[in-house]
Amino acid sequence: MSYLLGSVDPLFHHGVNGLFGVIVLIVLIKVLVGFGALMGAVTLMIWFERKAISDMQSRIGPQRWGPFGMFQTLADGLKLILKEDLIPEQADRFVFKLAPYLVVVPALITFSIVPIGGTLHIAGHVVMLQIANPPMGILLMLAMSGISVYGVMLAGWSSGSKYPLLSSVRASAQMISYEAALGMTIVTIVLATGSLSTHNIVDAQSGGIWHWNLIRLGVIPFVVFIIAITAELNRPPFDVVEGESELVGGFHTEYSSIRFGLFYLAEFMNTITMSAIIVTLFLGGPAGWVPNVAHLRWLFPIVWFLAKTVTFAFCYVWFRAALPRFRYDQLMDMGWKKLIPLSLGWVLIVAGFLIRPAWGFLMIAVVLLAWILLTRAFDLGYTRERGDESVLRTVGRRPLPGEVLRATTDEEE
Amino acid sequence: MANFFTFFGGFKLTLQHLSRPTVTTSYPQAKRPKQPRQHGRHVLSRYEDGMEKCIGCELCAGACPVDCIYVRGLDNPPDHPVSPGERYGYIYEINYLRCIHCDLCVEACPTQAITESKMFEFSFTNRADAIYTKAELLVDDQGIPQRLPWEDWREGEAAMTGGWMRATSPNGEAAYEGVVQWTGDLGFGVRAAEAGQSAHRDDSATGSKQLRNVFPKHLLPEDVPLDQRGLQGMVNTARAKMPRRHRKDPH
Repeated sequence: MSYLLGSVDPLFHHGVNGLFGVIVLIVLIKVLVGFGALMGAVTLMIWFERKAISDMQSRIGPQRWGPFGMFQTLADGLKLILKEDLIPEQADRFVFKLAPYLVVVPALITFSIVPIGGTLHIAGHVVMLQIANPPMGILLMLAMSGISVYGVMLAGWSSGSKYPLLSSVRASAQMISYEAALGMTIVTIVLATGSLSTHNIVDAQSGGIWHWNLIRLGVIPFVVFIIAITAELNRPPFDVVEGESELVGGFHTEYSSIRFGLFYLAEFMNTITMSAIIVTLFLGGPAGWVPNVAHLRWLFPIVWFLAKTVTFAFCYVWFRAALPRFRYDQLMDMGWKKLIPLSLGWVLIVAGFLIRPAWGFLMIAVVLLAWILLTRAFDLGYTRERGDESVLRTVGRRPLPGEVLRATTDEEE
Repeated sequence: MANFFTFFGGFKLTLQHLSRPTVTTSYPQAKRPKQPRQHGRHVLSRYEDGMEKCIGCELCAGACPVDCIYVRGLDNPPDHPVSPGERYGYIYEINYLRCIHCDLCVEACPTQAITESKMFEFSFTNRADAIYTKAELLVDDQGIPQRLPWEDWREGEAAMTGGWMRATSPNGEAAYEGVVQWTGDLGFGVRAAEAGQSAHRDDSATGSKQLRNVFPKHLLPEDVPLDQRGLQGMVNTARAKMPRRHRKDPH
């Protein structure tokens, strides 16, 4: 047991040494500091998003409490806690209460596998600046995002209301379809690294910008990953789940008080966590130039990590300000017809080149052939749907409920 | 491919906006100058000799779309008449919980008795306070509108009473724009016409600005006012921002 643990985290090389030893204390401190830092980061992220987006819209944004309105989130949180907690009469009470936690807890746990720095020496122990380094590593992130789908789905279902239900159906469909592309890009990284552990993934990328997965694997996995993860987060432009103009608030329409606050918290926590995951997987995590300053060498990786993460957090805000929401069928088209084939093809090519170049070129040929066949298939489908032989020729495009109804009533008249 | 690049236009635009000044102001601390035709709280005015202009005809109450005005007229007492006409407004009440500040009453008034000030920042803690009676609406002995404790008047606003009326032309006849169609007011005499729609705007006199002049950076290049384009435009903007005493031009 101690060997197994020690192989993933040098802290456990000699076992845990009882329940009240230094090692337990170190782990406890790591967990508490990680939790506190993430919570603090979430409040700052919410403030940052509101402020940045208001700047982009030439507004002022939050400005009342604290310097530049920084404590606005705290005020909002306090307000949410003090508000009345309503549970709809039609709701399934137990599931309704459970759902927010199914969203928040995975959001918290996912962050634990992110390496935020190098190693530290505390009381004679080597401590990794990462809450946990489980052997399954990055799979934990996929598992947790899978569980948070349940949170969203159950929240919508248990509300006993139409819009949340529709939203939860959308959410589960969207998250499942984009999870495939997401998993495929992760497979690419895992193939190249030869390990699932996030620590090893980061280690494999150290030693200069050319070793980052962003460059090493070609830019395609990175682009697919960032699109898929944005859809996975239900963030704009993929926020059909909570599209205000269609579904009121989406799955959390019926939630109020701190239960709503938990969803809100989880959404922004996920934004931070996923920015951190992107940095870990593609930008070498804490890797970066470290000057030779005595006693401060451990600090620079953390600064690099934070700088990279904030950049991606800003990108999410930028997406929200710049891009209009996708239509639901566009969203599905993009997931199934573009991202999944693209990431699958790329996995094959990368896998081929990892064996030997000849296999790689063979895979490129296979992927090209598949691409041609797929394009032909999509064309066929398109013609069947909208072309001359189309059953929907009279309407000319996908039938919207209103139009079909109008067409029939017109005929009757 | 062209489509692909226009896709990134939104990103460019939002980034550009980061460096532009905000359009909104942090309201209670920073207040925008009011527009010359601002509709605000009503004022019942007097003639220059101190007589009330209201003749109790109730046309304002008839014109009011939300029925917020209640007027009762009474015959003038022969020994000390209140208004120059036959009758005067004996009761005059406006309920500001209903008033939508459309100023149809101002248009309806045959004697320009009811006009509006530019004051709009007022709030009440009970329904009774929201009903303004003649005691509160009528100007005082100097012709100045009364300032109630829950109203937020700005400097020099008393002089701008009836701006909207003086900026529009009767029946929409453009020929009458800027022509004096109103009687004198106690303490102010016959007020000058405000800049109308077609007239040249004297912004330094009214203290108001058009938004396109305040935020030229938010406009499309072709919409930027001519005097604010290019290098000369930068000089002009800098000059406009200077305190008045440093300016060389006569405005």
